Amino acid sequence: MTTATPTLPAGAQATGKTSTAAGRVRRRLNSRTATVVSVVIAVLWTIPTFGLFVSSFRPEDQIKTTGWWTFFSDPQFTLENYQDVLFGGSSSSGQLASYFINSLAITIPSVLFPLAFASLAAYALAWINFRGRDWLYIAIFALQIVPLQMALVPLLRFFSTGVSLGGVTLLPAWDLVDEQKFAQVWFAHTCFALPFAVFLLHNFIAQLPRDLMEAARVDGATHPKIFRTIVLPLITPALAAFGIFQFLWVWNDLLVALIFAGGGNETAPLTVRLAELAGTRGNEWQRLTAGAFVSIVVPLIVFLSLQRYFVRGLLAGSVKG
Amino acid sequence: MEFDFAAEQPKLLMLMYGLIAFVAVVGGLLVLLDAVPAWFARRREAQLLAASASGAPVPRRPKPREGMFAFFFLLPAVLLLLVGLVVPAVRTVLLSFMDGSSVDWVGFRNYTWMFSEDSIVRVLTNTLVWVLLVPLVATAFGLLYAVMVDRARFESVAKSLIFMPMAISFVGAAIIWKFVYAYRGDGEEQIGLLNQIVVSLGGEPRQWLLDPPLNTLLLIVIMVWIQAGFAMVVLSAAIKAIPADIVEAARLDGVSPWQMFWQITLPSIRPALVVVVVTLSIATLKVFDIVRTATNGNYDTSVIANEMYNQAFRYGQNGQGSALAVFLFVLVVPLVIYQIRNLRKQREG
Repeated sequence: MTTATPTLPAGAQATGKTSTAAGRVRRRLNSRTATVVSVVIAVLWTIPTFGLFVSSFRPEDQIKTTGWWTFFSDPQFTLENYQDVLFGGSSSSGQLASYFINSLAITIPSVLFPLAFASLAAYALAWINFRGRDWLYIAIFALQIVPLQMALVPLLRFFSTGVSLGGVTLLPAWDLVDEQKFAQVWFAHTCFALPFAVFLLHNFIAQLPRDLMEAARVDGATHPKIFRTIVLPLITPALAAFGIFQFLWVWNDLLVALIFAGGGNETAPLTVRLAELAGTRGNEWQRLTAGAFVSIVVPLIVFLSLQRYFVRGLLAGSVKG
Repeated sequence: MEFDFAAEQPKLLMLMYGLIAFVAVVGGLLVLLDAVPAWFARRREAQLLAASASGAPVPRRPKPREGMFAFFFLLPAVLLLLVGLVVPAVRTVLLSFMDGSSVDWVGFRNYTWMFSEDSIVRVLTNTLVWVLLVPLVATAFGLLYAVMVDRARFESVAKSLIFMPMAISFVGAAIIWKFVYAYRGDGEEQIGLLNQIVVSLGGEPRQWLLDPPLNTLLLIVIMVWIQAGFAMVVLSAAIKAIPADIVEAARLDGVSPWQMFWQITLPSIRPALVVVVVTLSIATLKVFDIVRTATNGNYDTSVIANEMYNQAFRYGQNGQGSALAVFLFVLVVPLVIYQIRNLRKQREG
């Protein structure tokens, strides 16, 4: 894979034997100073999340009257916040279980579609000879420049009124209601992800050994067959890297969902609901703390279990624009 | 209303439709592209057989063209990019020269509005502060941490701790920090960590997010907190890629750790530093979720992306919203081009 920087997964060499410049700086710089500095930073970075996490298990009146650090002198533990915010009856409770399903329903296709379309396109751009190939690649690559804010207003209009040219309707309006609006969100996320995905996967696919491809062609394999049986298995790491990237991006997205999903519990994802709770019920900390963790838990699991691939994706794609 | 799983069925059904559509489109494309040429090949074989049996001349049939495969492989992506990105972007540029309801042309009025309206100038200034501070501070923390934990025991755990905020949504991060900044009246027990620290040092609790310009800085802290992990990971990989013999040679020359950092480490990771700073700048220009969740852009904290959303989707001012989006585009373009050129150079060199 062609990368911005060499693709060493974080910590992969942690136990290696060769020394690095930084390692030497650290050791010579009185390693006690280094340890203190790094511990201070680590604590600074962890404390806010930790405080919110502890709070989410404290009873409501405790959260609202005492700081979360009193938990250690006066431990009171409850799961009621989670019960309330996930399954609560009143409309103010959060009903996050419902939004959780929305997040899943939005994310899964929004990861699969760009992965498939981008890898098909990347294969064609890398291994099929046709006129204008380089130009097309450069054009797709350059589209990374367009910030998605540029596309929002017209795309929303395209969904609601369709496309017409000189009074002739080229594409009808989608007129989607309720959970059908998922389709809009899938569409938007897929479009916005493609330039980066094509770029990342093209880098990978273009570096497959030429001999392998030519041997397959000589054996009479068609492009779809080569794509399915040779290319796909070989680029699994790149697919995983981009898949995780896209998963976190879609799961954590607020802007696209706000505009294309509608605000109701039929389609809006967790982020939209949480932002709403933070705005209108900014002092209901028992709900906000538990709610934040409901939304964090899935990406955190994905992140912790697939960190290596994620890092690889980051290092390959630090160009995302 | 309690949570009712039956009420969730339509969503799962919709998800299933989506997955079926996925299999149909992608699978269909591959199978069709495979089966159709095979069918032609069989037919041609039959023709050849028939021809050789009857002694008639063999009809010439060209092999399926490469271009056909390329066309169908690229069709979904190119179509989506045209409909979802290219055409909308062009339309946004046009809309930015029209009035709020996108009916009449107004020339550059939306742009002059942007630079003359006090509240919008404030927004632009805020964005500038964001884009100056976030990349620098986040990169500085990332670099410091990467150097400090390099080769340390528990390196990978230590890195995960800093890196973890990357997995948390901006909305989640904003809530986490709102809790740190939480305020309770003077004399009451504080529940926000920051006010507690201030109080225990003898100060008075403050409503941190209400006072400009401090509130913008406190929001910037959130972004730095999220992005430092990214900087750390990329820079750490770059540090580890510095050739060991260079380090050894420098050590034999007896350079001090300080010199080692400024004369070996820093120059060696310069390309990675540039990538990090530029990437963070681009991400920062587009920041939206943090501001919206933490303050909703009130109290003078709004930034371009947030104001664009407000104008276009809350106040129905499509023209002004589009002008802000175009301005954002203008700011992002040079950064991306610079980044692309850098990557090119690295690859060739």
